[in-house]
Parts: sequence; C-alpha cells; structure tokens
Amino acid sequence: MRIGVIAIQGAVSEHVDALEHALLERGEVAEIVTIKHSGLVPTCDGLILPGGESTTLGSLLVREGIADEIKEAAAHGMPIMGTCAGLILLAKEGDSQVEKTHQDLLSLMDVKVNRNAFGRQHESFEANLDVSVLDSQYNAVFIRAPAIVEYGNDVKVLSKVGEFVVAAEQGNLLALAFHPELTDDLRLHQYFLDRVFGR
Amino acid sequence: MELEKLRHGTKLIKRGFAKMQKGGVIMDVTTPEQAKIAEEAGAVAVMALKSVPSDIRKAGGVARMADPEVTSAIINAVTIPVMAKARIGHFVEAEILQALGADMIDESEVLTPADNFYHIDKTAFTVPFVCGARNLGEALRRINEGAAMIRTKGEAGTGDVSEAVTHMKQIMGEIRELKGKNKEELIMVARDIEAPIELVLETAKMQRLPVVNFAAGGIATPADAALMMRLGADGVFVGSGIFTAEKPEAMAKAIVEAVNNYDKPEVLAEVSKGIGSGMKGISISSIPDEQILQTRGW
Repeated sequence: MRIGVIAIQGAVSEHVDALEHALLERGEVAEIVTIKHSGLVPTCDGLILPGGESTTLGSLLVREGIADEIKEAAAHGMPIMGTCAGLILLAKEGDSQVEKTHQDLLSLMDVKVNRNAFGRQHESFEANLDVSVLDSQYNAVFIRAPAIVEYGNDVKVLSKVGEFVVAAEQGNLLALAFHPELTDDLRLHQYFLDRVFGR
Repeated sequence: MELEKLRHGTKLIKRGFAKMQKGGVIMDVTTPEQAKIAEEAGAVAVMALKSVPSDIRKAGGVARMADPEVTSAIINAVTIPVMAKARIGHFVEAEILQALGADMIDESEVLTPADNFYHIDKTAFTVPFVCGARNLGEALRRINEGAAMIRTKGEAGTGDVSEAVTHMKQIMGEIRELKGKNKEELIMVARDIEAPIELVLETAKMQRLPVVNFAAGGIATPADAALMMRLGADGVFVGSGIFTAEKPEAMAKAIVEAVNNYDKPEVLAEVSKGIGSGMKGISISSIPDEQILQTRGW
C-alpha cells in the first residue's frame, strides 16, 4: 500500500505524522510518499490534499502537472481526502472569492464552496462537532475555513456548523473544512484509511 | 453545532495558521495592485506595508505602522491572508491591525521600536503574531510572549542574504546542540540563553522550534530563497526583493517556483532565467552600525 500526501505547500508533515500514528494504531503497514511533482500520484492507493493556501496549491498543481493525475486517479476510484484548502480544490464550483483569483479547481465533487465562509483569521475557531461517522464529538480546528454551501444528490453530509456543511463525502472522495492533522484525534485519518485498505 | 459555541484565538488556531503557510512565499506589498501580482504569482500571503524595507532604509526617520486605508485596500484586493507590521512594543498599533482584519501581525524591527524594554504581550490577541529572531534564546522568548511563528531577522532591505543565513544556521545549530543533553544540562542552557525551561525542553525533544520558522531579511533571488529552504527554513518572506526588482511579476513567480523546487538545481536554473536583474541591494559591511535593524528587539 502506498499513500500520497500532496506536498506543495501547507500542513504536509502534520498529515504524514498523523498517517504514521494511525497506521501504527491499526497495525498495518503502508508507504507514505510526499508529492511535489508529477509521476507519483498514479502509483498511490490513496491520496491526501492537505490544507494550505488554495490559490497557491491550485496553480502549482497545474504548473507541476499533478492536477490531471489527481483527476485521473479519482475517476479510477482512488480514495482521496481533502482538508481545508484540499476541500476547495475538490469542489466543482467556488464563490466569487474563488472566481476572483481564476482558481484552478479539480472539479471532482458536486459541491459549491465559499472560500472563507466563516471570515478571516480573527474568526478562525475550534469547536466540538458531531460527525455522523464518528461515535462521539470531534474537536475540529477551522482556520480561515471554507464550507460547502450547495451540494448534489450524490453528496453525503457528515457534519455541519450552523447552516454550513463542513464534512462530506461523495463516493471515494472525503472533504473536510477543518484540520484533522492538527490534533491528536486520529479518527478521521482512520476513517480515510478504512477506505484505502478496504478497496 | 451552534455558532455561539466556537472557541476563537486559541494557541492551536494561531500556530495552525502559521503551519498553513509552510513551504510558501510571503511577499511585501505596498499597494492593492502589487498584492494582486503577488497572489497571481502564488504567494501564500502578503505583508502590507507603507514602503518596502529598502525604501524605509533610504528615507530614514521614524517608521510606523502603514496607513490603515492602504492596509484595508490590500485586504479587500486579495483572497490570500494579509499580514501587517506593528512597531516592537506598540500594542495599540497591533490592536488597530487586528481591528482592520489583518490575519497575522509582524512585530517588526523594520519599524522603529515603540518600547525600549518590552515586546507586545501577544497572548492578549486573537490573531497570531510573527516575530524576528537571531538566535534560539530570542526565538523562545518571543514564543513565550505568544508568537505563533518565528522568522530570522536577517538584515531587511539590503538584498544581502548573509545575515539571514547566519541567523538560520545559529538557530538550527543551537537546536542540534540540545540533542543528547539531560534535563539539568538543559536547565543550564535555558539560563544561559535566557529562555523559559519548558520551551527549551520542548525544542530539545522536537529537535525544531515549537512553531513554524521562516527565513527573512535580505532574500532577493530564487537562489537565495532556495538556499534558505536548504538550511531548514519552513518558508520565506521576501521584502524589497520583488517590487524593487526589474521585473516584479517574473521575479515573484520564479521565487515561488524556487521554493517548491529548492532541492532541484536544474529546475532552479530554469526558473532563474529571463527574470531580469534583482534589486540593487547594499552589502551589510557598508551600513553604519546605527542603521542596522536586526539589533532592535531583545
């Protein structure tokens, strides 16, 4: 098994650490590769799109030729987890903020996102969330976080803050508006790994 | 989940914000137009300023927080985070920047210090702070005051990368030296470098600073940026280096690509072509002592 973490920019080492701990916890072995260039995504069995700055990530994914590889892999059913900026990149449609920067979205999930739905850094927050696939509350860290504001019939909502959808899945794609890599709670990484190993 | 149960401004959120900048380039801008160029080039954030450090150096006089109108205009022009500089110790400038919506505040030696003894109590703010440091003790003192990110001081506005190199190597070397020391020896180190023991222990264990550590101060070319990444920086600030270069757009884009490919000399060679000449710069040794910025703050 091979799990890729897109490593262009952002919370990369945190996702790698979380994956390592999660693998240890479940007693399974997988190689974790950090990806900055084309050629590696097709060799993976699962992929994480970390948080960072979505504008930067989006344009470098295209410049490095990784974007098309991700689309291809997603079409073949590779489990992909996008967190924060990763959620924006997975989306089909963005709000005016996203449009303004001519951002390159991967257009994989049938959702519309608001780039900074909750506001600027001053409004960033932690909150105890109910996530439908977890058996107890989950302390989630939202940093200038996006949110899903519209979604198609194939999208399953996993969690909401007010009216905003902050966790959702569609087939092999899992999108989180917050940062599971910043806390010690590994349940969402485990949920993702269940999909990788369950294929 | 109800909106009123949200917790704001925690240490995790502040340090987490800085982590999202890792592997990125943060660019100094003085107008909304420049901010858009930086965003298009792939900057992860911009630093809103009245003038870039090399111009501050030329102008002399007292350098203060930028005009709030300019800062607001820059905030409205881009979707990436906007940082802004407050004078060392000037907590009211910092409060104003927080009220304006700045995403991170740089308590910066580039501006004229407002307090000769104390830095800002950064734990009292909801937004995170970045502070400059030249060695491990200085970095840990700033973190203890609540800084969520550290950057080398370097020597801003010079285009001479040597001081940033010195500071990065100093901090990295001091962290390596902590390895293998027992607790009583680490207590002695904490006393010597005037840093809190808890942070020294944490740094020794993690073998890195407890917060994100960027390079800043004199970075002027794609090769400079890659050099700082090779020395272990989590990302880079480029101040005067972009908008005093001959072709700012090309320089900005090339530095972003250099940071993403810092360990690939053949890519660095390609991105360094056709970007025009870098900022003229001024070598550190020709600057009189009283005009050195890095010795501000303690």
